[in-house]
Amino acid sequence: MTEDIGTEPTSNIRLAVNGTLHELEVPDRKLLSDVLRQDLELTGTHVGCEHGVCGACTVQLDGEPVRSCLMFAVTAQGHEITTVEGIGDDPENPSDVQQAFIDCHGLQCGFCTPGFVTTIDAYIDENPNPTEEEAREAVSGNLCRCTGYQNIVSAVCRAAELRAEGASQ
Amino acid sequence: MTTRLFGQKITRREDPRLLTGHGRYVDDVSGTAIAAAFVRSPHAHADILDIDVTGALDVAGVIAVWTHEDLPGQAAERLPMLIPHPSIVAPHTGYALARDHVNFVGEPIVMVIAENRYIAEDAANRIEVEYSFREAVVGVEASREGTRIVHEGMKDNVAAHIVQDVGDVDAGLEGAPHVLELDLEFERSACMPMEGKGVVARWDPGEESLEVHSSTQTSTGLRAVLAAKLEIPLTRVEVITPDVGGAFGVKINHPWPEELAVACAARALETTVKWTEDRREHFISSAHERAQTQWVKVGFDDEGRILGLDVKFWHDNGAYLPYGVIVPLNTSTHIMGPYVIPAFRVEYWSLYTNTVMVTPYRGAGRAHAVFMMERTMDAIAAELGLDRTEVRLRNFVRDFPHPMGLRMQDGAEGCIDSGDFVTSMDKLKSIVGWDEFETYREQARTEGRRVGIGLACYIESTGAGPYEGGHIEVESSGRVNVWTGLTTHGQAHATVFAQIVADELGVPLETVHVKTGDTRKLPYSVGTWGSRGAVMAGNALHLTAKKVRQKALRIAGESLEADPEDLEIDEGMIQVKGDPSASMPLAAVSVLSNPLRYAFDESARAATQFAKDSAEDEPSIGPGEQPGLEEQEFFSPLRSTVANGMHAAIVETDPETADIRILRYCVVHDCGPMVNPLVVEGQVHGGVAQGVGGALYEKMAYDADGQLLNASFMDFLMPFASEVPHVETDHLETPSPLNPLGIKGAGEAGTIPAATAIASAIEDAEGIPIRSMPLDPSTLWHMRTNHAAGELNRSR
Repeated sequence: MTEDIGTEPTSNIRLAVNGTLHELEVPDRKLLSDVLRQDLELTGTHVGCEHGVCGACTVQLDGEPVRSCLMFAVTAQGHEITTVEGIGDDPENPSDVQQAFIDCHGLQCGFCTPGFVTTIDAYIDENPNPTEEEAREAVSGNLCRCTGYQNIVSAVCRAAELRAEGASQ
Repeated sequence: MTTRLFGQKITRREDPRLLTGHGRYVDDVSGTAIAAAFVRSPHAHADILDIDVTGALDVAGVIAVWTHEDLPGQAAERLPMLIPHPSIVAPHTGYALARDHVNFVGEPIVMVIAENRYIAEDAANRIEVEYSFREAVVGVEASREGTRIVHEGMKDNVAAHIVQDVGDVDAGLEGAPHVLELDLEFERSACMPMEGKGVVARWDPGEESLEVHSSTQTSTGLRAVLAAKLEIPLTRVEVITPDVGGAFGVKINHPWPEELAVACAARALETTVKWTEDRREHFISSAHERAQTQWVKVGFDDEGRILGLDVKFWHDNGAYLPYGVIVPLNTSTHIMGPYVIPAFRVEYWSLYTNTVMVTPYRGAGRAHAVFMMERTMDAIAAELGLDRTEVRLRNFVRDFPHPMGLRMQDGAEGCIDSGDFVTSMDKLKSIVGWDEFETYREQARTEGRRVGIGLACYIESTGAGPYEGGHIEVESSGRVNVWTGLTTHGQAHATVFAQIVADELGVPLETVHVKTGDTRKLPYSVGTWGSRGAVMAGNALHLTAKKVRQKALRIAGESLEADPEDLEIDEGMIQVKGDPSASMPLAAVSVLSNPLRYAFDESARAATQFAKDSAEDEPSIGPGEQPGLEEQEFFSPLRSTVANGMHAAIVETDPETADIRILRYCVVHDCGPMVNPLVVEGQVHGGVAQGVGGALYEKMAYDADGQLLNASFMDFLMPFASEVPHVETDHLETPSPLNPLGIKGAGEAGTIPAATAIASAIEDAEGIPIRSMPLDPSTLWHMRTNHAAGELNRSR
């Protein structure tokens, strides 16, 4: 009954995160969110529900938002992972989306925020000029318990403006 | 002159850190620590006959397995009942690990410590517990009947019972031309912060000391209780609360069983142990709130003026009473709301059930009170054929302060310290377009649409004592360090407290740095709850900054040979008013305040020009003086402030599907002068969103056996952006006479009346009395059918 315990299968994986390639030995069942947080110490990615609903753990996989709590780290091999730290990790020099959140008071406790940042960062590439309604739809897959969302919706529109300004400079 | 920062919409100083992944939440601390997992009861009511842990011990990587008998000394005794109250007749609390019985699904029984959480859970799954089942008591009705009893030795399930009254209610009701009775019900919901609870406990065997990181709302309280339960000196326990991912009340209870068990394990194993709650654990073992069954009898005259109000309610407090009766007590003291009610009686019973315990959730107890009073106001208006706003206007308190005649949660008599309800109502009617709504309704009707408008008014006791403190030091670099004992979970403390301190000290905002929730710097504090942060710590820091300022001016006065009264501080420079040529930086005063002879930095070198020769016969530090430009001060109020506000909602209900959509949501809010309106608005928005959840979606669905059927975000529906309306706000700022800054709390305001305002609007749209919340489309659809058949006038 207990013979399988303690010999759990592990794999040697190569994980590309925020432009850096890491070689790691991880249990096959270990979630991508846990590997990012524990093995790579990228604690910006948060775990809110571990069943894919809340979106706090959202990272970009080849530029597309995915739930890192619903994915094993071993399956992320061969893909480019971008976490919130990859969007911008310098408090003195935040990215356009991060700046938009500051401008619009788009966060309170900040726990769900990295998931919104990674989601919106991908979204405004897809839709560089969202209406308020589109902005609301874009973030309606992520839960926030603090802000009531309207400042997050404003932050989506503001982020699009900042990105357009950045592109034209 | 520096612009006053109080009242400015300043963007948050904590944001850049949190947005770039540099937040530090409890699970980010000691990522490699060994981990705890818990075996929890799958049954709501059972005796534990046997626990077999042998299977777990075989799992490689398991370090320890603990049951109740492994808990040492006081840690094995019952958990404390934190806030005793005379109404509590049967105080029952649980254990860190269950002893012999379990009383709700989710109660912790065994703790497994392993190399990591994956292994700890593997092992936990191999532990076998044998139970003897008892029938569960679920819900107010079953508890009230008392045919089954939750706690052995009790003859019923009543945990607490109290009556409070003002005036002669029976006479008031008897003499009233009109009398109405209402039966009401309010939901069971939960705070559901996005970050669950968590604790990291580190034992230092050399020092025999414990350092705990916890996502608590009260680091000082947790520190005290851990010292008591582990039976170690208070000075050998420190609690640090890092960033907290939302709390809304659930993180105020302390210690949570896991906090105590994990701390015990850290000491026994002489290492660092960590537990991070997962979402299912949060659903089944962290606290819920809200469930009440209510009865109201009201007498009123032909004008709609209330002459007597008699209220009884039954509160489901779950299996244990760790946080006392704050929730039902708050309900009982907030029912009268913003109204003059000459005769009032309230009686409550707080009842045990075999479900998760109930502790405060944002709006603690007050949302339920508003439901009773405001549903009653609407019922009076309907009975007399009057406009709902008119009935309220006729009953409003108009003279302030208005003593309420009731003992509040802080033990003091409640008193509405300030407000202007008539002006607030004018503002609300104006933003929502109350007087034009009938035209809009008619137009909607021609399009086949069904709309309704509703409102709810509330008061909220905020800023409860007993005290809160501040600690400020000015470094010789000019940097101003600020500490408050409060914890922070999104309330922008790093910004609003910096605004208050910068104003008083006359320094740029950028130089002020606020730290919260660390018992190592400020061990005297109460905690962040009940809309008290800004009122209590805000005023404490204002007073502390004043003290620092006075000391700075005194020292500068000596060097500049000026009367301190003639000095001012502007942009960090102390100068003679009207004569900028005689000035010195605050940073230099910091150097002069500390008569060391080491010149560490530029400020120290600059300060030499202001240094005077020390008098021969005087010590460097005079009697009553302390080195350093550093002070501590506390603020303790006479009683709670009382904030107030009014919400209005316009809803549309689908004539076929009964889908409910909120078209407009308007808030008029009075928390006195706002330190930072951006932050206050954010608190209101978030509060309304939680209120919308409570109105339409969130409900804990227990079956008759006490199983929570919707313990995931797939099943317990919290509103996403698609469900929360845009909130339109307006503010009134009536200063409180109870504190130097005149401020009243704002944290819970958005949540308190939301479900009731929406109930009012749905009732207006449907023409069916709404007597219970939350209300989902399916229930509304059945109500329509029943109402059409003339069968039922209850919403459930």
